[in-house]
Amino acid sequence: MRPLLSVRDLSVTFPIIRAGDMPWTTPRLLRAVKGVSFDVEAGQTLGVVGESGCGKSTLARGLIQMVPATGTVMWQGKTDLLSLSPRKMKPYRSEIQMVFQDPLASLNPRMTVGQIIAEPLRTHRSDVSAEERRRRVAQMMERVGLLPQMINRYPHEFSGGQCQRIGIARALIVEPKLLICDEPVSALDVSIQAQVVDLLKELQRDLGLAMIFIAHDLSVVKNISHDVMVLYLGRIMEKAPRRELYAAPQHPYTQALLSAVPVPDPVIERQKKIIPLTDDIPSPMNPPSGCVFRTRCARATTNCAEIIPEPEGGDHKVACLHPGPVRESELA
Amino acid sequence: MSLLQIKDLSVTFDSEDGPVHAVNNLSLSIDQGQTLGIVGESGSGKSQTAFSIMGLLAPNGRTSGSVTFDGQEILGAKPKTLNKLRAERIAMIFQDPMTSLNPYMRISDQMAEVLTLHKGMSKTDALAECTRMLDAVKIPAAKERIRLYPHEFSGGMRQRVMIAMSLLCRPDLLIADEPTTALDVTVQAQIMDLLNDLQREFGMATILITHDLGVVAGFCERVLVMYGGRVMEEGPTDPLFAQPTHPYTRGLLAAVPRVDDEDAIMKAIPGNPPNMADPPKGCPFHPRCDFAGEDCLVMPPLEPFAANRARACRRPIEKVAP
Repeated sequence: MRPLLSVRDLSVTFPIIRAGDMPWTTPRLLRAVKGVSFDVEAGQTLGVVGESGCGKSTLARGLIQMVPATGTVMWQGKTDLLSLSPRKMKPYRSEIQMVFQDPLASLNPRMTVGQIIAEPLRTHRSDVSAEERRRRVAQMMERVGLLPQMINRYPHEFSGGQCQRIGIARALIVEPKLLICDEPVSALDVSIQAQVVDLLKELQRDLGLAMIFIAHDLSVVKNISHDVMVLYLGRIMEKAPRRELYAAPQHPYTQALLSAVPVPDPVIERQKKIIPLTDDIPSPMNPPSGCVFRTRCARATTNCAEIIPEPEGGDHKVACLHPGPVRESELA
Repeated sequence: MSLLQIKDLSVTFDSEDGPVHAVNNLSLSIDQGQTLGIVGESGSGKSQTAFSIMGLLAPNGRTSGSVTFDGQEILGAKPKTLNKLRAERIAMIFQDPMTSLNPYMRISDQMAEVLTLHKGMSKTDALAECTRMLDAVKIPAAKERIRLYPHEFSGGMRQRVMIAMSLLCRPDLLIADEPTTALDVTVQAQIMDLLNDLQREFGMATILITHDLGVVAGFCERVLVMYGGRVMEEGPTDPLFAQPTHPYTRGLLAAVPRVDDEDAIMKAIPGNPPNMADPPKGCPFHPRCDFAGEDCLVMPPLEPFAANRARACRRPIEKVAP
């Protein structure tokens, strides 16, 4: 079966014009995402993880032309979304919906919850009558765990978790096939995070939704994803089925990232050894040659500065010249 | 005698909708060299507790109770008294290192100011000491980088500068309010590792305020769990994590996603956090608690129940042998 979404060689590059540059100066380029390829199957969740500045949000925005991107984004094996004009793109926008990080900031404070949730229906399904619209909104509110009698309230009257439910209801009202969630739970408290993750999983089961779930928190991603993709400086480092990625990571960056996550168990946490990463993430304006991770990698050799490793392997792809399990000498 | 002793601290904010009780009857004590974690979700009152110790509450905040530091009452003390304690004996680091550093001043100037002001050092001596401290927090090329402005540092490096600055006067007590929340995990690991080393080296007592149970597990000897402005459970870290007896502590631990356990799933706590302007009657957790009953409508006192442990609950999950 053809995948729902098939992304090949997606790159997003921003021209950076500095203060004092002349109009004819060639702008410097910031490569936020470079050569990313992956598939998303119907009913599956792809988790995208990485630290700040690794290009995970830009990737999501590139897919739906919120930022200019190059490469191909095949929808249901038929249409390349990146080749479409804004007008031709419009019908696809209701197929792909998005949920954002800051639940309150992504809701218009001057609209009632009912108006917010109904807005995509007005935009994309103008044939739906007002009465039917109201019925669907009430139904959707119930579906995401909001009381339908709150329909006339404003966003500020809701807690963060409830606002995120409103955001999810707004995204699902047009019955999309793919939901892109950009850090949907990182602004929420721990006890509420689990509620929202549960809701998303349940909706996926019932509606057969495909999801791209972007987060910096590896433990949240583990709870919701079927496949996980690790990004660093705009490139894929590793991509694997969830179980494999967490149990047997092969890329030194994935290993370092996983080892750094604190575990809520004092006995384990005190004895735990981590793979320390020194220095900071290099500037994406001036990424290292060869493998972008080599400047912080314990396994780096001279080869790594010359060859750009491509993600290789079947289901479990690793972009590294020296992949393999964690070595004892790397732990501290 | 404890280094810091808080008794019955309450913090109330006057707002247009009436008083908001951010912290209610909180008591805690911390000895020289101890590490204490205060864990709670947003609105639990953990930061306001720290702010009231330091005299940093917003102007509409009122406090009652008592906070003694080294035997001296400091709650509501005059700024002159507090200024002497602040930085010299009690230091604080904040969540966002960018907004707590002065963007117009070079790192060298803002750090040296601490020493010239509090210790009466000459600028030259102060700068030498600041460079030594930046070395101690492992900032590479400290001698050159001390001349830079805050925006020229990355988030992790800025937090290192904050830590260095807070330790300049060798405080007896360090309060770290969500010191790693704004940072990436790999940087968080570096900073917590550094704090651990420095805590051992300088031997200061440390209060770590965080929402991250993982961070607390690795750093603190004792933990205080707060919810809705009240202490729910407190005790030494190991038994508290191994055998949480308060339904909230247990719910919180079950809700935390884990990377180390293959089959662990996040178990949500139903309901929403309390609205502090209109808190539920009695135990603030009872509307979300599976075990709640009629008697929970009256707030239970924080009572000791096992060695060094205390909880405020009428329906604890299991009895722990004393």
